[in-house]
Amino acid sequence: MTMRIRINTFFYSVGQGIKNIFQNKMFSLASIATMAACIFMFGLFYIIISNFNGMVKEVEEGVAVTVFFDEGITEEQIEEIGKNISKRAEVREYKYVSADEAWAYYKEEYFEGSEQLAEGFNNDNPLMNSANFEIYLNDVSMQKSLVLYLESVDGIRSVKQSEAVANTLADFNKLLSYISVGIIIILLCVAVFLISNTITTGITVRKEEIGIMKLIGATDYLVRAPFVVEGVIIGLVGAAIPLVLLYVLYEKIIVYVAEQFNFIGSMLEFIPADTIFRTLLPIGFILGVGIGFIGSKWTVRKHLKV
Amino acid sequence: MIKLEHVSKAYSAGIPALNDVNLEIEDGEFVFVVGDSGSGKSTMIKLLMKELEPTEGTITINGKELKKIRHHQVPMFRRNFGVVFQDFRLLKDRNVYENVAFAQKVVGAPNSQIKKKVPLMLSMVGLAAKYRSYPKELSGGEQQRVAIARALINDPSILLADEPTGNLDNNNAWEVMKLLEEINQKGTTVIVVTHNMEIVKVMKKRVITIKKGVVVSDSKGDYDDED
Repeated sequence: MTMRIRINTFFYSVGQGIKNIFQNKMFSLASIATMAACIFMFGLFYIIISNFNGMVKEVEEGVAVTVFFDEGITEEQIEEIGKNISKRAEVREYKYVSADEAWAYYKEEYFEGSEQLAEGFNNDNPLMNSANFEIYLNDVSMQKSLVLYLESVDGIRSVKQSEAVANTLADFNKLLSYISVGIIIILLCVAVFLISNTITTGITVRKEEIGIMKLIGATDYLVRAPFVVEGVIIGLVGAAIPLVLLYVLYEKIIVYVAEQFNFIGSMLEFIPADTIFRTLLPIGFILGVGIGFIGSKWTVRKHLKV
Repeated sequence: MIKLEHVSKAYSAGIPALNDVNLEIEDGEFVFVVGDSGSGKSTMIKLLMKELEPTEGTITINGKELKKIRHHQVPMFRRNFGVVFQDFRLLKDRNVYENVAFAQKVVGAPNSQIKKKVPLMLSMVGLAAKYRSYPKELSGGEQQRVAIARALINDPSILLADEPTGNLDNNNAWEVMKLLEEINQKGTTVIVVTHNMEIVKVMKKRVITIKKGVVVSDSKGDYDDED
């Protein structure tokens, strides 16, 4: 096939694909609507999970494991333990808090307004044995393995952890991901099914035309391509609508929440729309076009023996 | 040239639709294929178009053995043929011009060529003035002439006409046959499957008669029903 014929057949396929959509309006609209719903749900979950992940990260940064040392431990031993801890994969950073620093922090926190009461302890630090390491993790889910390790280290008296917070956050995040993946898979199946139905109807409507094309000597590509183009366009439009809608809504919601619920605004920080859509936009379009392509290609293979 | 050597075709029921058919049709010939319904005429056309494979025997067209043509080569092979049907098979949502242009678009012809060739073809079949009409606005004879224009636009070497006059009145039937004869005189091989014995007798062309899948006569000139 010469290049010129190839270009002509390409434009013919695209033209026919667009024509099919208009000839088959109701089915095409139903497919676009389902696709749009599917991508909308996907986008919504993506936004929720991304924001939630952001919040988890923020909380994780505040969640620390605190390690207290045996009585009479030397500075060198503490330093050695610190070195070993810093080598662990779970550890983002660790901070040494001396007994004096611990007492200073305690005084500030609990004797505010009645500092003279605390003065009595000045020469006898009641938190003498409270020198510790505050260890911050890379990921909350790694806490368990780190605690197990720390408990086995010589020179460590006790390990304090906020296990409940860490585990709940990690578990909730996992649950949310599973639910969203489940819903998205169901929606994707519905979208593929509807696209397949639309294409099947198109093939039935154009049965006679396809028959004539085959007798005239149309290639398999030319007979099939318009239907695949139809599926891809449905996917493209079905992705563009919800993505634009989500962008506009998300921006509005961020502003609204910040204005109306000051306390929430100060507690959590939304990820900026541009950051989220930098990833969501290509994924959404790839998903839409991909479903359209796979759905139509599969149907054409099944129903269009050329 | 079209050559059938010991060609048989049996469907799953087992009764052969064609049985040991041997034929040769030279380039530029005009041939009638006659026979009752179910005699095997349509099977023969489908075999020639490679819509069906023979159970036995060899078919060779323009020097190519059909058995050796692979699936992806079938579209190119079919461009050797123009096909005309009893029920015209025009696209109802497209006008005369678009119906004829459709055949060119299907083979990837450039627009400049389509714009030149379609009006020429429409004048040849006498429908230049009706290029914007839709099939439902045309008579049966006119619709069949559009179908012929569509069949010829890609310059096939063989024109297969399956009962081309079956849905036409006598006058229109003769007009279509005259057109087919003109096309044949320009060098195209024309094979007409028909029931219309009057036309067959008057035109005095080669006539192949098939009965129950067997070629019972192959004569040229005067045709006698009792052959």
